[in-house]
Amino acid sequence: MTPTHTHFSPLQRLLHWTMALLILTMLFIGIGMVATVSHAHATLIAIHRPLGIAILLLVLLRIGARLKRGSPPLPDDMPAPQRVVARLSHLVLYALMLAMPLIGWAMLSAEGYPVTLFGGVHLPAIVPHDVALFAVLRALHTYLALALFLTVLGHLAAALFHGLIRRDGVFSSMARGARRA
Amino acid sequence: MTDPSFPAPGRICVPCRLAAIGAVVLAMAGGFAYVAGWLTPQRLTTHRIINAFEADNGSHPGFRRNHAKGVCVSGYFDSNGNASALSSAGVFAPGLTPVIGRFAIPGGNPSAPDTSVPIRSLALMFTQHDGEQWRTGMNSVPVFPVHTPEQFYQQLVAARPDPATGKPDPATLKAFNAANPETKPFQAWVKGHPPSSSFANGAYYSVNAFRFVDANGQARAVRWAMVPETPFAPITDAQKSARDFLDADLAQHLQDGPLRWHLIVTVAAPGDPTDDATQMWPDGRQQIDAGTLVIEHETSQDDGPCRDVNFDPTVLPAGIKTSDDPLLAARSAAYSVSYNRRTREEALNPNLHHPQPNGDRS
Repeated sequence: MTPTHTHFSPLQRLLHWTMALLILTMLFIGIGMVATVSHAHATLIAIHRPLGIAILLLVLLRIGARLKRGSPPLPDDMPAPQRVVARLSHLVLYALMLAMPLIGWAMLSAEGYPVTLFGGVHLPAIVPHDVALFAVLRALHTYLALALFLTVLGHLAAALFHGLIRRDGVFSSMARGARRA
Repeated sequence: MTDPSFPAPGRICVPCRLAAIGAVVLAMAGGFAYVAGWLTPQRLTTHRIINAFEADNGSHPGFRRNHAKGVCVSGYFDSNGNASALSSAGVFAPGLTPVIGRFAIPGGNPSAPDTSVPIRSLALMFTQHDGEQWRTGMNSVPVFPVHTPEQFYQQLVAARPDPATGKPDPATLKAFNAANPETKPFQAWVKGHPPSSSFANGAYYSVNAFRFVDANGQARAVRWAMVPETPFAPITDAQKSARDFLDADLAQHLQDGPLRWHLIVTVAAPGDPTDDATQMWPDGRQQIDAGTLVIEHETSQDDGPCRDVNFDPTVLPAGIKTSDDPLLAARSAAYSVSYNRRTREEALNPNLHHPQPNGDRS
């Protein structure tokens, strides 16, 4: 049986906070690089691709950790609708964290673009060169990025609500380990 | 829950904390909107540049927003190995590299007459055996009229057709040139060099500087040019009164056999400007003939292999890098917006076979 924990494991917390930083960075880089005409464009694109692949690897590890260890139970006094929103929003976060790098990779593949990570290191295409497919994936990449940013904002607001107002232990279950008795 | 801290309710200022949470979320959303350019509509963005092309040229769904009229070509690059001392890129090792390319004329109207501009362009995509690509977009004029993306945008605005005449206002263009003396070398070059009579007998220049990096990691600033084996001939009087001659002329040439250009790499001397495409480098710089571009076939851009290629000049293999020229990043960023828009138009309308209102093929 899976033991119930009050806090996320150190690995889960490390993954969460590292990825929180990386994903926020990634969202700002993404929205900035498609608009700017400055030198930053090249630098941002050069960061965007390898960072996306790093996030893909991290989210796979994270899904593994989550399946193995689970998550601490939500407080008993949390209203049912809030629980539903909490569960759903986490599903959405996981789905988008996984989908965004894959769509980015597939999108460049469909465009026939080399998926260069650094130097001459590049990844193979994962879908055929097809502009109709590219057009769909390219639009998805933008809309899902906006959806991810909004979900992250909601997640942040909810976390702060738990930590500052409800003070029910949900925030600290990710912020720190369990205090030893 | 075992969390120990449950202070008595009411001890905290709930509205204050709610406000603090709201402030954090708003600050983040605001930062995002600022980076996206949504809060600063006056800032020059990729979208505004492409919008300016559309405003100048009208709507032509499925076509490139600039260099809209063109033709696909294919062939290979036969490297002689001479440039491999300067760049470790696989394309410069002795041997053949397949190439897809596109001859075109500048402008966003796919049915503009070939005489509408005194410039021709050649874009190429080399695909190395290791899968890396080198994409380049070259013009038949070695310098660019403007130095910065901002000037480029202002030039587009100045070239906007007057609704009364349907043509750009010469006075506005003149005022732009007067206010931007960087345009002088470009104008002088165009004045002194008549357009070629053919795509086949023109030279095509990288315009921007790049950097070649050798196996030891040493970088040198370079420009390159494709110099034709076919002798140059200026546009003829008969051609000057024709709408479309470049495409048919190219097809004619290729029926007689492949066309060849030499890739001439020019190495900058210390002090030569690498961030200013409006300035030529002085004569006498070291030049290397890196090999021969052989163009064998041409196909319509409606369904040819170049149609779905974005000739982004910053797609470079290891061994070639961008320079500090501010136009390069802007070209890459703006080409991407053009590509996204036209591929979306293709996807939304799969039957978009590029109808030509004037019956001419592009």
